[in-house]
Amino acid sequence: MYLLRRAWAEARNEILVLPSRTLVLVWAAGLLLLPLVYDDAYVLRILTMTCLFAIFAASWDLLAGYTGQVNFGHALFFGAGAYASALASLKLGVSPWFTVWLGAAVAALFGYLSGFLCLRLRGSYLSLATLAFPLIGLGLLFAFPDFSGGELGVSGVQRLVLSPTANYYVAAVAMLVVVFGLWLIADSRFGIVLHAIRDDEVAARASGINTPRYKLAVFALSAAAAGLAGALLAHYLRVAGPSTLEVALSFQVVIWGIFGGVATIYGPVAAVFILYPLTEWLGSFKEFGELRLLIFAVIVLLVLLFMPRGLTPWVRDKIEALCPRCKQRNFVFRKTCRLCGAPLEAQVTRAERLVGHQ
Amino acid sequence: MLQDILVTGLVNGGVYALLAIGFSLIFGVARIVNIAHTAFYMLAAYCFYTMLTRTGAGFTVAAIVSVLAVTALSLLCYRLVIEPVREHESAVLIATIALGLIFQELMLAAYGGNYLGVPSTIEGMVRVGGVSIPNQRLLILVVAAVMLAATWFFLYRTRIGLAIRATANDLEVANLMGMNVHRLAMITVAFSVGLAAIAGVVATPVTSIHPFMWLDPLVTMLAIVVLGGLGSLKGSIIGALIIAYVEAITVFTLPEGAHLKGAVALGIMVAVLLARPEGLFGVAFEEER
Repeated sequence: MYLLRRAWAEARNEILVLPSRTLVLVWAAGLLLLPLVYDDAYVLRILTMTCLFAIFAASWDLLAGYTGQVNFGHALFFGAGAYASALASLKLGVSPWFTVWLGAAVAALFGYLSGFLCLRLRGSYLSLATLAFPLIGLGLLFAFPDFSGGELGVSGVQRLVLSPTANYYVAAVAMLVVVFGLWLIADSRFGIVLHAIRDDEVAARASGINTPRYKLAVFALSAAAAGLAGALLAHYLRVAGPSTLEVALSFQVVIWGIFGGVATIYGPVAAVFILYPLTEWLGSFKEFGELRLLIFAVIVLLVLLFMPRGLTPWVRDKIEALCPRCKQRNFVFRKTCRLCGAPLEAQVTRAERLVGHQ
Repeated sequence: MLQDILVTGLVNGGVYALLAIGFSLIFGVARIVNIAHTAFYMLAAYCFYTMLTRTGAGFTVAAIVSVLAVTALSLLCYRLVIEPVREHESAVLIATIALGLIFQELMLAAYGGNYLGVPSTIEGMVRVGGVSIPNQRLLILVVAAVMLAATWFFLYRTRIGLAIRATANDLEVANLMGMNVHRLAMITVAFSVGLAAIAGVVATPVTSIHPFMWLDPLVTMLAIVVLGGLGSLKGSIIGALIIAYVEAITVFTLPEGAHLKGAVALGIMVAVLLARPEGLFGVAFEEER
């Protein structure tokens, strides 16, 4: 009873005071409860894919948004995880519950390697060089078709669990755990160092931070999360194909990340949860089916014209205001700050908004 | 085979150089990583095809109209889509990606996913030193050479070219010296996309036209630009020749060459970057803080 009251007090004081936190709580609870009330196989399938891509997008954000290593070839890690897990479970006959982790480990290794290659590159050079990595991998896959299955990929992979609902829960729980974990990491001291590296690497190094080590660590970490998503997807779709390495997927994750708002973790996740089901839904109409990518691109373009910093920072600025004295966030309708009691003035928050973070 | 490698490398190198220089210029002057650059190349090819098959125009008219139309379209896109979000680097990036996707899907909707072909602009062969070269390839070579020379003249012998180079060197100081940076950015976009459109028009007869034809040259072009150094004219030309020859050698000598050519070319790029992070001829840009 005490614990329950304690939990309720925590929830009321920490979560329900801010609309953004309430939204996240509602969203997480809704995800977990959805199959109990509505278990249409098609909807569950879409949501399973959405959850896996959300992991992928969040992992990109840790690398590109926080650390500033704008990776154009994030599909490499996704594909590495997918192929490693699929091949291990098919050729070695190991349980997929084990090979998924193997896929994440292989992806982390690839992340470490590409991070090592990119240590000295900055800005656009890094983006354009990383674009090459998955394409090199793709060329090798096509050149050795008896190992990789060539165009068709590795098919006939075992599923983790059988029923659609169970598959959905695997993806949803994995997504919640990984995304929350990434968010914790990004919010910790480690995350602050990543911010410092993005804003000014020279200054960070001058302050005694071993920036190469941090960059390698974040490359490996982000790749591991992406690889886990790829491995789970391969076991869900029962095939690991060359489409997991394509330029289109790398661009897709960049679009998700920037559309949602970089350096937030929750932004790209929100973007995936909006854009992926939207494109699938548009695709289900006959007359739109062929145009869905077009509509997708136009929506992204229009939203960006009005919210150039991304969707979630824009929404957050609308529903929450920053206290001018203690810099804590408050519900926008409050007159005084919930923590220090200072009056919240619209003028000050607007100036703050112009400076903004990122 | 040696002659094949020599000719293919030179011809592809010319087309790649036209694309890479434009991309590099836009990046240098306006700091835009223009992913849609090769999409304009694709649009020019489609436009050329339509003019030839649907309206029955002559080659020259079709070529001129396509180049002008695509250039005008690029200016329109720049004004409507890129200009409003110029301060937000990441927004510009995905705006160009979205533009590329939009063009791809529009072409897919209008022409379908089939491979289309354009007849050669000029027929016939020329024999040079025992190798027969189709006239079309010679034409590509000549056009590329002329356009490269014109680019050089434009950048190094005119006042606007001087302003463009100054802006690429240091945007803020150029602005303070009274150059109209926005107008220069527009001129650069028009000029660069014009080069891409010319490349598209001359190269279509030797390649096939389809809505996804912009992705392969995009990757190659990015590799060239990074290899040669962003913002360097000389680097783009030499990078284009290196990549084109590496591709040609891979295709003609290795057994699975057609699949591996991209991988080998990109591998070379990565190797160069490891030794020289700013590319072969790149000027290390000022750390922008």
